[in-house]
Amino acid sequence: MTDWIEIGTLEDIPRLGSRVVRTTQGDIAVFRTAEDEVFALNDSCPHKGGPLSQGIVHGKRVTCPLHNWVLELSDGTAVAPDQGHTACFPVKVEDGIVRLSLQRQHT
Amino acid sequence: MKEKLVLIGNGMAGVRTLEELLKIAPDKYDITVFGAEPYGNYNRILLSPVLAGEKTIDQIMLNDKQWYVDNGITLHCGKEKEVVQIDRRKRKVIASDGTTAEYDFLLLATGSNPFIVPVPGNDLPGVVTFRDIHDVDLMLEASKQHQHAVVIGGGLLGLEAANGLMLQGMSVTVVHIQDTLMERQLDKAAGALLRKSLEERGMHFYMPAQTTAIIGEDRVRGVRFKDGSELYADLVVMAVGIRPNIELAKKSGIHCERGIVANDTLQTFDPRVYAVGECVQHRGQAYGLVAPLFEQAKVCANHLAHLGYARYQGSMTSTKLKVTGIDLFSAGDFTGDETTEEIVIKDAARGMYKKIVLKDNRIHGAVMYGDTVDGAWYFQLMRDGTDISAFRDHLMFGESHLGDAGHGGQNKAASMSDSMEVCGCNGVCKGTIVKAVTEKGLFTLDEVRTHTKASSSCGSCTGLVEQIMSSVLGGGYSAAPKEKPVCKCTDHTHDEVRKVIRQQHLLSIPDVMRYLEWRTPNGCHSCRPALNYYLLCAWPAEYKDDAQSRFINERVHANIQKDGTYSVVPRMWGGVTTPDELRTIADVADKYKIPTVKVTGGQRIDLLGVKKEDLPGVWRDLNKGGMVSGHAYAKGLRTVKTCVGKEWCRFGTQDSTAMGIELEKRTWGSWMPHKFKMAVSGCPRNCAEATIKDFGIVAVESGWELHVGGNGGVKVRATDLLCKVTTDAEVEEYCYAFIQLYREEAHYLDRTAPWIERVGLEYVKQRIVEDAEGRKALRERFVESQKYAQVDPWEERASHDVERHEFVPLKLVG
Repeated sequence: MTDWIEIGTLEDIPRLGSRVVRTTQGDIAVFRTAEDEVFALNDSCPHKGGPLSQGIVHGKRVTCPLHNWVLELSDGTAVAPDQGHTACFPVKVEDGIVRLSLQRQHT
Repeated sequence: MKEKLVLIGNGMAGVRTLEELLKIAPDKYDITVFGAEPYGNYNRILLSPVLAGEKTIDQIMLNDKQWYVDNGITLHCGKEKEVVQIDRRKRKVIASDGTTAEYDFLLLATGSNPFIVPVPGNDLPGVVTFRDIHDVDLMLEASKQHQHAVVIGGGLLGLEAANGLMLQGMSVTVVHIQDTLMERQLDKAAGALLRKSLEERGMHFYMPAQTTAIIGEDRVRGVRFKDGSELYADLVVMAVGIRPNIELAKKSGIHCERGIVANDTLQTFDPRVYAVGECVQHRGQAYGLVAPLFEQAKVCANHLAHLGYARYQGSMTSTKLKVTGIDLFSAGDFTGDETTEEIVIKDAARGMYKKIVLKDNRIHGAVMYGDTVDGAWYFQLMRDGTDISAFRDHLMFGESHLGDAGHGGQNKAASMSDSMEVCGCNGVCKGTIVKAVTEKGLFTLDEVRTHTKASSSCGSCTGLVEQIMSSVLGGGYSAAPKEKPVCKCTDHTHDEVRKVIRQQHLLSIPDVMRYLEWRTPNGCHSCRPALNYYLLCAWPAEYKDDAQSRFINERVHANIQKDGTYSVVPRMWGGVTTPDELRTIADVADKYKIPTVKVTGGQRIDLLGVKKEDLPGVWRDLNKGGMVSGHAYAKGLRTVKTCVGKEWCRFGTQDSTAMGIELEKRTWGSWMPHKFKMAVSGCPRNCAEATIKDFGIVAVESGWELHVGGNGGVKVRATDLLCKVTTDAEVEEYCYAFIQLYREEAHYLDRTAPWIERVGLEYVKQRIVEDAEGRKALRERFVESQKYAQVDPWEERASHDVERHEFVPLKLVG
């Protein structure tokens, strides 16, 4: 069973932007794409820990603001030739309400 | 049903076209490739190092057979799979063993054939060319059994072959029909130096000499010349040139001259048939170097994908000799004529020779021998058509002589050890770059940046990285095309984008992307900030800024630091502060437990280590003390540095502090292509260091000197003197006009220094100094734009909750 936590509405997150959910296990960045898809990643770049929530979102990717690593929003892997991975969390939107699970997805 | 694409020729140009095509239209075609060599695709330009024993065949493979499988490409390769007929009516190709393939589009990349000197005996065993893996195998084999080699041809290829055979232990004589080596790339002086240093390495020369026969019975035994003399040889290498391989095309009725004639979209006279590579003749020119072939590949792929906007307009090429330890570079037209001038340095004792041919103050060609460290730089200047008059007197001494902060290329790439650091930002050493270039088959600066990170940050090592690439790849080094596209999401250049925004009155980033058919749905971190700026600059009143297309620093009006905290710099007009302001700053630092308070390089105070959620509070308190944002994070006006000037200084000639404050009050808040710094010095002692600023003002007894284009960062550049004016009003008018010209015409992320070097000081003078009407119009546009720009972003966010969501978490959990 997945424990879904209501974290806010879709409108709370800017399009092509993100918001941070602060948890006891660290910050989680919740992203919203131009197509209103929502993704959640551990808010830390695998390179040097940069806050991904502060990066520029494009397509289904985000660019880390510290050294321009690009990560896939769907699974948290770094876009080649960079190599690395950050944790990814299940998130869903129903009737405009965004819900997040703190169970890390394994990829 | 997918359309069918057939490629004839499994070499570098053809396969590169497929790679480009797969990138932009992966599912468009069923692809079939015919290749006469029994391998995958390999890096032909690295055959010289294979012959020299520095590399193995496996190390120069670009795409092995698995690559074709992975990409769903049918590969027919080997001698029996050579295509012998094209049935254009039935759109079908036929190989010599009867294999056929139908096509909707056909791509010819048949390359070239080595030219065989038409003399008796040229088919004897032991006579080889230098073209493919098979030739290299023959030579390596021969070098094990035989001792004496003659290489016919003293050009690039011949000398590389000769060097390789010498390194395999053979005694080698190069026979050349001219009296100068590499006469197409070198003038006589450089050719003589090259000969001398090759002789010192043990190479022999017999020149000028015309070969009339190859002698021998069951195997080659020697070479005979026109004057009757003979040389003994048990291996003869013919390396006198290449001819486009057009036999098949010709037979199929495709129009050929010297090569297969192709237009700017790489189409032949049959619109279903494209051609790329060495077999092509484009605008009368056939290319034998890899860089232009890759440019062709890109354009051809664009048209095969039915995108239809790219155009190939010919290439400029440069040459390097891949003989280790010999530094030689040439580019463009180095002979010159009555319309050109030349600058020459020759130091025979040091084995150094350098010649630059100039036309209308632009580099027209260059030959360098012995010291080629600046080859890439000269080539860049040549391709960009840069006006060099501003630094003509330094030109010969190279780029490093123009000043840089330490990584600009004063090192010689070839003499560096593998462990030496090249990119100081990312800690990349030479060996990593060399390895990436050879093992991953990289050809362009962009590829090296992506794979190694070298030159991808501050860019000060770009020249050096390019030198390393050209020392590894020689003629294969693919320099960036003349006008760079904005980013990988488009092929349009910065100038094209700006023009379209104005002409079509485009008012949003999605509109621009739609109009110019961007390849990505919403761009990337490179193009979105650029487009946002271009729109803002074009329509200051109408355009609505797009926060999500700004880098975080500009989005939250503070500088992000390595640990994810921020730093805050209040504006300190002209570098002047008061005890009250200092007290406010101290109180803020105490209240928010700010760990570091530092004086910046630009006469201000930086509060470092502020948590993001504290930013609005910090700003509110600073606002209360009368301070606004210093835009220390902005691609816009940063500081106006001043000295104390006439008011206090015993040497001061004008009130530089007041001038600095006035200018800062008028210009703050304006967004620009990059950060912009000004300074005002009160006398020629120049204590405010105005001559390394984007706009520098130096007071003199009779008025003000205005300087432009300085830079104290990555590459130190002293300003150029724009002009002298007498009144304060003139200082402002010229300053605003200059800023506006820079805002309207520089590419995003160009500082003023590289921009001025590109367009030339003369151009800027003509627009700002000579054209009074134009200057006033620029000034007006700047003043108009400032009406919408001078809003303190801190006040908006601290007191009116603008962008509130930026500073509070969405939710706290647990």
